[in-house]
Amino acid sequence: MPSVSVTQLSKSYSSIKALDDVSFDVPKGELFGIIGPDGAGKTTLFRLLTTLILPDSGSAVIEGLDVVKDYASVRSIIGYMPGKFSLYQDLTVEENLNFFATVFNTTVKGNYHLIEDIYKHIEPFKTRRAGKLSGGMKQKLALSCALIHKPKVLFLDEPTTGVDPVSRKEFWEMLLKLKNQGITIIVSTPYMDEARLCDRIALMQNGKFLRIDSPDNIIASYPQKLCSVTADNMHGLLNDLRSCPYLKSSFSFGACYHVTMVESATAAMLDEYLINKGYGNIEITEIKPTVEDCFMLMLKEDEQ
Amino acid sequence: MLKYLLEKEFKQIMRNKFIPRMIIAMPLFMMLIMPWAANQEVTNIRLTVVDNDRSVTSDELVRKVVSSGYFIFQSVSDGSGEALRDVDAGKADIILDIPDGFEKNLQTERVSGVMISSNSVNGTKGILGSSYLSTIVNDFATSLSEEMMMSQPAALNSVGKSFTIVPQYKFNPHLDYKVFMVPAIMVMLLTMITGFLPAFNIVGEKEAGTIEQINVTPASRMQFILAKLIPYWCIGLIVFTLCMLLAVFVYSLIPVGSLLTIYLFAVVYIVAVSGMGLVVSNYSDTMQQAMFVMFFFIMMFLLMSGLLTPVASMPDWAQYITIFNPLKYFISVMRMVYLKGSGFAELVPYFLSLCGFAVVFNAWAILGYRKRS
Repeated sequence: MPSVSVTQLSKSYSSIKALDDVSFDVPKGELFGIIGPDGAGKTTLFRLLTTLILPDSGSAVIEGLDVVKDYASVRSIIGYMPGKFSLYQDLTVEENLNFFATVFNTTVKGNYHLIEDIYKHIEPFKTRRAGKLSGGMKQKLALSCALIHKPKVLFLDEPTTGVDPVSRKEFWEMLLKLKNQGITIIVSTPYMDEARLCDRIALMQNGKFLRIDSPDNIIASYPQKLCSVTADNMHGLLNDLRSCPYLKSSFSFGACYHVTMVESATAAMLDEYLINKGYGNIEITEIKPTVEDCFMLMLKEDEQ
Repeated sequence: MLKYLLEKEFKQIMRNKFIPRMIIAMPLFMMLIMPWAANQEVTNIRLTVVDNDRSVTSDELVRKVVSSGYFIFQSVSDGSGEALRDVDAGKADIILDIPDGFEKNLQTERVSGVMISSNSVNGTKGILGSSYLSTIVNDFATSLSEEMMMSQPAALNSVGKSFTIVPQYKFNPHLDYKVFMVPAIMVMLLTMITGFLPAFNIVGEKEAGTIEQINVTPASRMQFILAKLIPYWCIGLIVFTLCMLLAVFVYSLIPVGSLLTIYLFAVVYIVAVSGMGLVVSNYSDTMQQAMFVMFFFIMMFLLMSGLLTPVASMPDWAQYITIFNPLKYFISVMRMVYLKGSGFAELVPYFLSLCGFAVVFNAWAILGYRKRS
């Protein structure tokens, strides 16, 4: 039996289809990532799975419990960390943790081993009010509070948005540890480097799952040759690349542009094209695609 | 479960920099300032006298009017025109015009008249001022005729019978407006503390997003809401008691009726207004919305409650609207118990109305809240 099983789940807000016929299964102990741009429907999916809203159609079952019928029992076996920090800012770190432990009929002591790794980072500030913590510490406290009742499934909605790179890295290390303890984790993120760390990822767009697979499989199935291009005049380059007949697609990727070429074209042909356009210092290197490249390609295909 | 939720609420209320201070300051200010300020007794009426007669009698009349204490004596003018200019300039509210030959007419014909003109831009001041003034003039006339009767017993028959009306104001013999206001102010305070504060608190959790985190815990909605209401019920009753003590010490106002009746009504009223607060909190997503809706209702409720102007003097359609105003019932009850000493038996209709409000508002709040969108 999968830990989370979603069948044809749909939810609309007036005329907008926030979630459109989504189905997927997550086996026990998997770290499942949901990747998608803002407005893709990630938060709606989380709110449905955490029993906060009702679906228009379809069903979702968590550890054998239906999110609509058995919502009360579902609540005691899940942990939810909303995208927006939503602990009590006027209570201290310790009071927040104790409060959430008691409303789940448990104690901090009883499950301390679960949160120890995370909580020890913020324990020195335990008498500080939650509202006065830094972004990274807030996330650690929120994760501690979501974990304190030993949930079987953990839902994390963009847990690292707005968090510094060091804290992000620490946070993901903790998630991997939790996964190893058998907790099923469903996490959404806009960061593609984090997607790489998931067992499987779902690419989401306009309320639909475009594809569900492991990051390696997704990268391996990238159908085209991918090159990175830089030149001295980066500003005008993208327009020229987009009008170049040898290229299928081109988009900016950090400090360079990533392009895919038509079958018949080679790097040398592109080089010549750019020289004719008057660019200097042209560098074209073939590269291994990343999750982001795959995602951009799929978005483009989806739009067409 | 409820215990932990309550513990959290109390912690948050006490930790709030603003609320505990406000809870102490508001009743103090309202109880100590409002009854004096919201006072419809009219004093400080500025009087101008036009004495065209300049006789002993007219002089006596002027002296009597001035010494009554209701008026601030402005000036003696030489003619009506000048006195009216004083009114125009805002220096006088009322004119006492004594005609030429006032004393002579009295002595020869036993009848004479004066003219009272009042500025009715401020209606109450004009009406009350002229009625005070005519009372004093009548008094003067009565004592004058008594004097004449004594000095000229022969004239007795020609005076004829005369009536004196001595009004007796029951339950508030000195027409002390403060006695009337204090019980109503207690109701206002109770409304704000038990109706507004928990509603704002719930909307605050919505705005902060913390309600989501609570909603995914096994804590039920009922428990969550009760945990919000109970602290304010306690605070409301404490403040209410504090107000009653203030009334005793500052205004020597002790309820004529039973304390038990007052508290019984207070409890039912608290349940009713907190239910109203919950309904508002259900439909508001932000504090701003909740504030504005509450502000609207409280203004309507206060102005139509009989707090300042009697309900009976409102037009019929307005009186129908006041049927839906819980404040009206509790203010009437408080005044009746405080001043008249009404017992529970006489107040049953009011009690049933308040119970009705409590049931309707709370049912509405629960039904509206159950729905998960």
